Amino acid sequence: MAQISQDNRGLRLVVRYTVLCLIAAIFSFPLIFMVISSLKPSQQLLADAHSFRALLPVGDISLNNYFDAFKRAPVALFVFNSVLVTGVTVIASLAVCSAAAFAFAFVKWKGRDLALTVILATLIVPFETIAIPLLLEASKLPWIGLDGITWGWLNSYRVQIVPFIADGLTIYLFVQYFKDLPGELIEAARVEGASWFAIYRRVVMPLSGPVLATAAILKFLVMYNQYLWPIMVTQEEQYRPVMVGLQYFFQLNRAWGEIMAYLSLITVPVLAFYLYLQKAFIASIASTGVKG
Amino acid sequence: MKHLKWSVAAVALIGWGSLASATETLTMWYHGAGNEVESKIINQVIADFNASQTDYAVELQSFPQAAYNDSVTAGALAGNLPDILDVDGPNMPNWAWAGYMQPLAIDESKIANFLPGTKGMYNGKLYSIGLWDAAIALVTRQSTLDALSLRTPTLEQPWTAEEFEAALKAAKDSGKFKYALDLGMAWKGEWYPYAFSPFLQSFGGDIVDRSTYASAEGALNGEAAVAWGNWWQHLFTEGYAQADQDGADRDNGFGAGDYAFSWNGNWAALGALKAFDDTVFLPAPDFGNGPKIGAASWQFGVSAKSAHPEGAAKFIEFALQDKYLADFSNGIGLIPATPSAAAMVDNYKDGGPLSVFFGLSNAQGVLRPVTPGYVVQAKVFEKAANDIAHGADVAATLDAAVDEIDADIAKNNGYAAQ
Repeated sequence: MAQISQDNRGLRLVVRYTVLCLIAAIFSFPLIFMVISSLKPSQQLLADAHSFRALLPVGDISLNNYFDAFKRAPVALFVFNSVLVTGVTVIASLAVCSAAAFAFAFVKWKGRDLALTVILATLIVPFETIAIPLLLEASKLPWIGLDGITWGWLNSYRVQIVPFIADGLTIYLFVQYFKDLPGELIEAARVEGASWFAIYRRVVMPLSGPVLATAAILKFLVMYNQYLWPIMVTQEEQYRPVMVGLQYFFQLNRAWGEIMAYLSLITVPVLAFYLYLQKAFIASIASTGVKG
Repeated sequence: MKHLKWSVAAVALIGWGSLASATETLTMWYHGAGNEVESKIINQVIADFNASQTDYAVELQSFPQAAYNDSVTAGALAGNLPDILDVDGPNMPNWAWAGYMQPLAIDESKIANFLPGTKGMYNGKLYSIGLWDAAIALVTRQSTLDALSLRTPTLEQPWTAEEFEAALKAAKDSGKFKYALDLGMAWKGEWYPYAFSPFLQSFGGDIVDRSTYASAEGALNGEAAVAWGNWWQHLFTEGYAQADQDGADRDNGFGAGDYAFSWNGNWAALGALKAFDDTVFLPAPDFGNGPKIGAASWQFGVSAKSAHPEGAAKFIEFALQDKYLADFSNGIGLIPATPSAAAMVDNYKDGGPLSVFFGLSNAQGVLRPVTPGYVVQAKVFEKAANDIAHGADVAATLDAAVDEIDADIAKNNGYAAQ
């Protein structure tokens, strides 16, 4: 009887791992296809596309597409711009949104619930509906720099960063997470005479690793994939991000190999960032039920 | 004495500074980012212009084509347009109507011999001018025509509707091809009105009534348009063409021998010739109202907000030299705007492998509707053509398209001058 039970368990494990491997394969196929295709000439890439050869590094394999991609567009500049804009926005967003969420979760003040409701309501407003008013506003804002006061934020990094620092989803994530923290910790700190800022910095934030990771990854993806807003506000090439750069490869005769090489290159920062925060992200999903 | 020397130097510096500031900077936006060859040529034109005089210096900002129109619209909203911009021909009336562009003040005698599709006229005024045009042909192989016992059509005597039908049927019945006809259904957007509305016009219909531009009633849902719709749909129901096409099939299918005929532009012609040395480019069939193909490609114009329209026009006039027309044609394969420039290009000179496209553009090219409403009408037509290809009721689809176009015209007060 024990033997049968053990056999069943072994069989179940085999089935489970087979299913998991299949699912993993399905999800990894696009990435494998992208990387493998980036090594093939366009003609071969298209010819292989309808067979398993698409997933195998066979035929005329080289790094030529990568060299050609760098010739066609300033790839390094685009990646730098995106990483800079995304990095600064993520850091600023975590600071601003977590502080706002702290005020909503722990501090009692008049109009708190109404303010939170209004912020959450912004989640249902698509960006496209506010893009034009935002553009008109951004084109007239003042800025103090080395040249003194200038008007208009177009063609700058700040115009790609500032409008996206605060957002309803990130605040909501933090509020939900903070509400699950033990209230006794906050009360104890208050009894000890800690200020709200000290509680935020020394008590709450050190316990917020998972939600910080989740919010950072979600924000990173949104910012890294920005397309509409950058094409509206960056007429100068030196400020363009990777997704606008992708369009450089869509000519009448598309260079599919170069497109795959470019996609492989711009995927690296996203994968690296995700892998770095993977454990905390999964822990956060488990604790908050939020899925990216 | 020492003070005198410094004073002279200071005066000289100030004088030099004021001379230097006499050169006005003209900004220019162009859609060719990512196209190395095109960028090199436009930069050469600009460098030559800047070196040829001291009044103006042109500075270029290139955009990827797919993002260009949105960038211009955003730039116009933000009051940030350049002096010189390039515009896709059919969009020009909309940009002129919306106040993005102003009439182009160049000596029109200099463009008298330009291909008709390169001249961007709106409300009787020239707004833009192209250095090249594009044309579409029915691409096939002479060996295919011979094997199917088909007459080779000419500009003077294109295929009739019946001959075209017979050719498609023969290709299908031969069993040698996956599909008889590659229409390029994988390409979306402007390809639909550019490539397919000329069929509608050859049937006698149109996207909008061009006599008034006030309605599509009758033009897009009249008898001729319904006849076009039925013919268009039968291409797919008969299995001559596929309604859904993979991008790879579009790029590679003709060369791989999957299609007997391919409806494609001159930009793909060299690739087709490379695939088969007996490739031939046939004129569009005549469905009763003359054979038609789309005309007008990218053109240069002056932004309405330019502080130096005369300088911008001067640059455009400079760029219209035959040598630059020939350079662009050699570089990107498009049709030079003048016969004299065509004669300088191996592909387009008499007897050249692509010279047929110059004749096609001249003889069959039809502008898409010259109205600000075209940008909406193009999308409505695209949706209708796509729906019909996928089996939608022809008459009902065209009626709905007419309603949508008429509603847009009404909403914009008939696109009256603003």
